[in-house]
Amino acid sequence: MSKEEPLVKIRGLRFQRGARVIFDGVDMDIARGSVTAVMGPSGTGKTTLLKLIGGQLRPSAGSIEFNGQRVHELGHNQLFELRKQMGMLFQSGALLTDLSVFDNVAYPLREHTHLPASMIRKLVLLKLEAVGLRGARELMPAELSGGMARRVALARAIALDPMMVMYDEPFTGQDPISMAVLVKLIHDLNEASRPTSVIVSHDVAETASIAGQIYVISEGKVVAKGTPEAIAASSSEWVQQFMNGLPDGPARFHYPARALAEDLLGGRHA
Amino acid sequence: MLDQLARLGRSGLDYLASVGRAHLLLLRILQGLSDMLPRPRLLIQQLFSVGVLSVMIIVVSGLFVGMVLGLQGHYVLSKFGAAETLGVMVAASLVRELGPVVTALLFAGRAGSALTAEIGLMKATEQLSGLEMMAVDPIKRVLTPRFFAGFIAMPLLAALFSAIGVVGGHLVGVGLLGVDSGAYWSQMQATIDLHEDIFNGVIKSLVFGFTCTWIALYQGYDSLPTSAGVSRATTRTVVHSALAVLGLDFILTALMFGE
Repeated sequence: MSKEEPLVKIRGLRFQRGARVIFDGVDMDIARGSVTAVMGPSGTGKTTLLKLIGGQLRPSAGSIEFNGQRVHELGHNQLFELRKQMGMLFQSGALLTDLSVFDNVAYPLREHTHLPASMIRKLVLLKLEAVGLRGARELMPAELSGGMARRVALARAIALDPMMVMYDEPFTGQDPISMAVLVKLIHDLNEASRPTSVIVSHDVAETASIAGQIYVISEGKVVAKGTPEAIAASSSEWVQQFMNGLPDGPARFHYPARALAEDLLGGRHA
Repeated sequence: MLDQLARLGRSGLDYLASVGRAHLLLLRILQGLSDMLPRPRLLIQQLFSVGVLSVMIIVVSGLFVGMVLGLQGHYVLSKFGAAETLGVMVAASLVRELGPVVTALLFAGRAGSALTAEIGLMKATEQLSGLEMMAVDPIKRVLTPRFFAGFIAMPLLAALFSAIGVVGGHLVGVGLLGVDSGAYWSQMQATIDLHEDIFNGVIKSLVFGFTCTWIALYQGYDSLPTSAGVSRATTRTVVHSALAVLGLDFILTALMFGE
């Protein structure tokens, strides 16, 4: 596998849930060692895209390659083997609630390595130090704030030093300080060990500040791609509305409905 | 008319799909046995939460059921001058029927509902997805130990229920109503058969343990990842388990004790 080949290569991706088409002919390349952001409004299937890359969902058509392997064609055991090279930061953190912070970060190391306990302890403390929570190692997930839980989840996601880390809405619902901490952590992590990072988000400013490449998706298609500067300078009305957070534009403020007067004066039914 | 027919067909298909998913899940749970054996701690932890934490409700219920059997049994038997056979009646009722059945119903209410809620919430909070993305199979690591813990705990809890029930019957029959203590125990010893009564009771509770734990785990794993979804799944666990236990009890009783 050549170094220039993208780590993730998506071609003609189509995915649908029942009659609803989530993706229709999406092509995407995620370069090695880069930070790639996938942006778009809520409900456009950004999390679904990460699940497709991780093999938790299978596409209706098209292909998804990770490091040369076609993810959707792998068997159960091969898929689990492949996932050891991926880390994922879930929006909720997805920490195991019956384990302490330390045990949560140690979990993948205990599952997938035969390292002695003393070595695992050192690695876990280093990962927790990197996210600033070494002192919180005895706490249980219920005792953590939302921002702390996400930092622990980040430490766990990078415990095995994966080739790629996927971030699912890492900034959503965070206060400004927690958000700044997370932006710095993701940036520093990428500077230090250069894993390939995929950030799925609709927080425009934070994501654009750390991404090298941005894909904007809407209604199942890639509507724009390029560097943050190129996206900011896009002539597309839709992209401008999204990037600048305008309430009305090509994406309508109102959900499709009949005329207000007709609704008010019309029938008795809701 | 056609719409109603279509709805009926759709719900029938949904039901069949659900039965299929439950069997596939069971297959994957059983396949996880080889993965669980090198990690006995996972099973021991679950035996504690499914079995040991159910002991109190089993002991208290067993005692009261035994005491009621002592009262009711004495009322009937004394009419025929057979009050000395009270021990046989209490023990046979418990070992053959009430022990396995009531234990399974209590198990579904206490441990089964807890299993469904736990698995459902793990799904809703993405913990199961998180395990998958850490290359850990949640079925093998989370569901299999819980399944075998329920399967092992049920006959032990049923045995405890029956034993405590026999003591409860003794407390009332001998302590309150004046049945001879020697007759209570010796009649029981002479009549209760190891194979016919006790083994059959154990087989029943193994079947109930298998079924109740399977239902609880499936409902949790298949629940909608919302608070309403988990709540509905927990209710379904208790209702389906109770119906399955009572239905299976009739079939097993007919097979074991029918002429």
